[in-house]
Amino acid sequence: MISELWVWLILLLPLGSFALIGLIIRPFLARHSKLAGQVTVGAIGASFLLSLWALGSTIADGARAETWSSYKWLSVGNLEIDVGILLDPLTALMLVVVTGVSLLVQIYSTGYMKGDPGYARYFAFMSLFTGSMAGLVIASNIVQLYIFWELVGLCSFLLIGFWYERPAAAAAAKKAFIITRLGDFGFLLAILYLFLNADSIPGNPLDISNLTNQLPLAIGAGTVAASVATWAGLGIFAGAVGKSGQFPLHTWLPDAMEGPTPVSALIHAATMVAAGVFLVARFFDLFASSEVVMSTVAAVGGFTALFAATMGLVNNDIKRVLAYSTVSQLGYMMFALGIGAYGPAVFHLFTHAFFKALLFLGAGSVSHASGTFDMRYMGGLRKVMPWTYHTFLLGALSLCGIFPLAGFWSKDEILAHGLSSASIGQVVVWLPIVAAALTILYTVRAISMTFEGEFRGGADAAEDAQPHGGGVHLAESPPVMVAPLVILAAATILGGWLINPTTGLGVIEKHWLAHFLNTKGADVNLPLAVISTVLSAALFLAAHHLFTKRAATARRLSERLSPAHMLLSRKYYLDHLYEDVVTVRGFYGGAARLLDWADKAVVDGVVRMIDRFGRNIGRAIALLQTGQLQGYGVAISVGVLAMVGIYLFF
Amino acid sequence: MDSTGSGLLSAVVFLPLAAAAIIVLAARGDRAVRQLAGLAALAELALSGFVFIRYDRSGDRYQMVDRVTDWIPIETFQVQYFLGVDGLSAPLVLLTGILGMAAVFASWGIKHRVREYFAWLLVLQTAVMGVFTSLDLILFFLMWELELIPMFFLIAVWGTGRREYSAMKFLVFTFLGSAFMLVGILALFFTEGINTFDMTELPAAIRATTDFAAPIGLIFTLLFIAFAVKLPVWPFHTWLPDAHTDAPTAVSVLLAGVLLKMGGYGMIRISVEMFPDVIRDAAWLLVTAGVVNVLYGAAVTIRQTDLKRLIAFSSVSHMGYVLVGISAVAGAGALPAVGLTGAAMQMFTHGTITGLLFLLVGLVYDKVHTRYIPDMGGLAGRMPVLAVAFLIAGLASLGLPGTSGFVSEILVFMGAFPVWGWGTALAAFGIVITAGYILWLLQRTFFGPRIERFGNVRDATPLEMAPMAVLIAAILAVGVYPSFISDVFRDGIANVIGGAASAAAVAP
Repeated sequence: MISELWVWLILLLPLGSFALIGLIIRPFLARHSKLAGQVTVGAIGASFLLSLWALGSTIADGARAETWSSYKWLSVGNLEIDVGILLDPLTALMLVVVTGVSLLVQIYSTGYMKGDPGYARYFAFMSLFTGSMAGLVIASNIVQLYIFWELVGLCSFLLIGFWYERPAAAAAAKKAFIITRLGDFGFLLAILYLFLNADSIPGNPLDISNLTNQLPLAIGAGTVAASVATWAGLGIFAGAVGKSGQFPLHTWLPDAMEGPTPVSALIHAATMVAAGVFLVARFFDLFASSEVVMSTVAAVGGFTALFAATMGLVNNDIKRVLAYSTVSQLGYMMFALGIGAYGPAVFHLFTHAFFKALLFLGAGSVSHASGTFDMRYMGGLRKVMPWTYHTFLLGALSLCGIFPLAGFWSKDEILAHGLSSASIGQVVVWLPIVAAALTILYTVRAISMTFEGEFRGGADAAEDAQPHGGGVHLAESPPVMVAPLVILAAATILGGWLINPTTGLGVIEKHWLAHFLNTKGADVNLPLAVISTVLSAALFLAAHHLFTKRAATARRLSERLSPAHMLLSRKYYLDHLYEDVVTVRGFYGGAARLLDWADKAVVDGVVRMIDRFGRNIGRAIALLQTGQLQGYGVAISVGVLAMVGIYLFF
Repeated sequence: MDSTGSGLLSAVVFLPLAAAAIIVLAARGDRAVRQLAGLAALAELALSGFVFIRYDRSGDRYQMVDRVTDWIPIETFQVQYFLGVDGLSAPLVLLTGILGMAAVFASWGIKHRVREYFAWLLVLQTAVMGVFTSLDLILFFLMWELELIPMFFLIAVWGTGRREYSAMKFLVFTFLGSAFMLVGILALFFTEGINTFDMTELPAAIRATTDFAAPIGLIFTLLFIAFAVKLPVWPFHTWLPDAHTDAPTAVSVLLAGVLLKMGGYGMIRISVEMFPDVIRDAAWLLVTAGVVNVLYGAAVTIRQTDLKRLIAFSSVSHMGYVLVGISAVAGAGALPAVGLTGAAMQMFTHGTITGLLFLLVGLVYDKVHTRYIPDMGGLAGRMPVLAVAFLIAGLASLGLPGTSGFVSEILVFMGAFPVWGWGTALAAFGIVITAGYILWLLQRTFFGPRIERFGNVRDATPLEMAPMAVLIAAILAVGVYPSFISDVFRDGIANVIGGAASAAAVAP
């Protein structure tokens, strides 16, 4: 059995690495900045081992939830905010995913970031991020979770804006923070709302295991109003929508690609954005107490899955295509949670983390060689970068849900659940199904543009010089970058059927993951699986033919659809609506401008008026101060007489 | 003379004044003046820290009491010299010590009439310490008024821009407020059955009285207006941006850091404790004013192009949270305790955060010689230490968890939301706008391409880093482990709400 201290260390080791780099290595050992990378890899490696231990220990313990005594963090009146550890199967699994992917990304980064002047700063932030994410998943109190939730957002801000001297990066960082904070505002209100109901909720209204066990029971028994689950659920979901880039708060995620590529791989694909899904999964039982919340989650998720996929079709930036794909895949997970398919959702989160990290790191490797992310200037890289190409292809096939890769198993399970769902899911499921087809199209398009055909110049031809670029040097990336690709590719091949097999595999029982998560495993819907595989494979090949051999036809096709193309490449004008219309014109140029004017003209104007009025009275009274004693004498006499008179008559 | 007490608090209050006297009378040369002031500030910090540590949470309500009961005995008009700290004032004494130290060290570069400058700065510290520790209303009032004089000269002589106008505006606003306060104090005193200025006896005395010299609502209002001007509450806030913009850096630090807190302190110590029923009825007004402060302040903040003015307006917005926290007095059960503790925490945390922000603004101005935001950019590469400090201060200001700003905001919201759902939700939306103006500010000043003109700009020197480091440490310490301050405030607030029973308990 793992003990409390070791679990805390999973979080404290990376935080310690952050402190060490920030306080000692960066200020005093600037010439040994390599240390920063080594310290980070070491700390996160240790965290990963501890996470494996935590997972093993949870498995051995029969997938029971373990909570460790909490420490008082803040307590006033009936408000008790305690921090502690909640280690249940979901947490254990997330810990392994987070630290595992992070470890590979850090190793890759020691190669990718080599020579960057911000090398130490980069690893400091990455350590802070990994620690915060670990803190988020082990939190036993909703406020504790919120704290790390926001810290994760901070890291995202810091890492998107890592190259802060680039205006686009600085703007993207700000955008990411503000838009996710909009969602966090909902999350915060949900916490306040739970505290508001402190009297009716049995136990501490901020304790997570309480909220996911006793509260749903109480709601089921009718002792607590169902509206508590509805409002709290909707608020929490708002936070998840922001962090996971779900419609309508998705606009920050594609812009977040301004950060270094390993950051995109770790934060904006594999872990942080998955925190939104984790949050919904964490409060799944509470969500499930409200039909309204579940339907909302399913509808938003399903819609986002399709919506984001359409935008992925037209982008020329390989990372942005992958970013939209992430938004879309997160939509699948949300959809699954919304229809009650908890197991498949977490399963997809798990598999997606690996193959999406693989794809992003592949994209980084590609740009390492070509010096650009613009796929219009790539091409032909298949021959120069065989390792990158093959691993990328595996990730792509997995993303498309091709048998027998990881993505196939998890995605298929979600769709099967949707089709057999009794709720709103039955209707909504068609959105992710169409999205699955689009996924294949944009993925194949990306592969064709990047790897097939002839090389089209890379950084020398592209206009967007990357800060990282360093120009074109067509060659495979160094081993330190390729090795993580290979490991992730292996996870992509094995990860799906090995951890959640549809038939018993000896040591691994049938539906192991589903059982581990205390859910029922679903048998494979064989006809559906066959149909989807055949269709997917056919579509994949057809698309490959179209984009590779008939590139001209593809271009003509998109020209003929130019209005639609325009709509998609302008992202449905939502960025325009949020930024130009609402923020700049509505708030900054409208309401705030009006108030600023009113502050000067009206509020301060009144002050100036009183001031002038006072001065005038002063001037009038000053006229009486003539300095002539006779005048004063008269006034004094009149005054005395008046007082005597008043005294006599009253 | 009937006097008791160890003299510790008297030392805390009058040490700066004594140092000021020595500086005026005995110090030779600017160097000696600076060193003396620095020494005094460090000693004062140590003393205030000692007071905070010595405050015993399990002890009597008011501790370390220094008392001369017949200080000014004129018939029944008994004015006491009465100092003491409780859980509400002990952290504020510490805060004043910290910021006083930061202010003195931030003034190292002052070249003009150095002797008078530091003398006034130290007198100001005496006044603020006096306000937080006075337990006699007349003494409280004297200290409250004493603060005006150094402030006026500090802004008018060492300020920039329209400094005379701003100094006068500050003086008139505050003076008007205190005029009301004096009338309120006298109305209380001349009420049959009260006849005391003793702040430890007043709450019970007022509760026992029904027939006041003036309607109780009026007395409450007279006192409240003085605090409202100081906090400041909209629409009495317009002195603040002007005073801040034109004040020298150190004065801005103290103004935002501790002077505004006198308003909030007065509200809790006097308005809440002495007039619990009135303030409960007026709570809807408090929350309304709080929401206006938060949202109006934030909206105006985002329009500002002067770095200092921007931070000044953000104070208006953040002081709104104090009002929202206090408005929880109308709640049931433990909610008032939560909200008021939040309000008190907000005063402490805002003091350190905004104090740091003004300190940094001053340093940036010293180095780039402009405060006009559109002229700046790319400074992070030139001054990484200042950039990191500004980032931390900014994040704390927008209430990021892990910093103290989050702690106070969550307490305020937790306490007020169950009482004023919509009002608190609106106020809480302020965190989104705050994120907007803080991050946009960072983007425009520190991020973006480097600008050629700032090629020779230097980063902070070690002497400049020292006060920054202390404030950052305070911000992070409270953010990570808030209980060491919040537990103290909580006890203070419990007594404020608890009323009569414990109010009389006084220990030397």
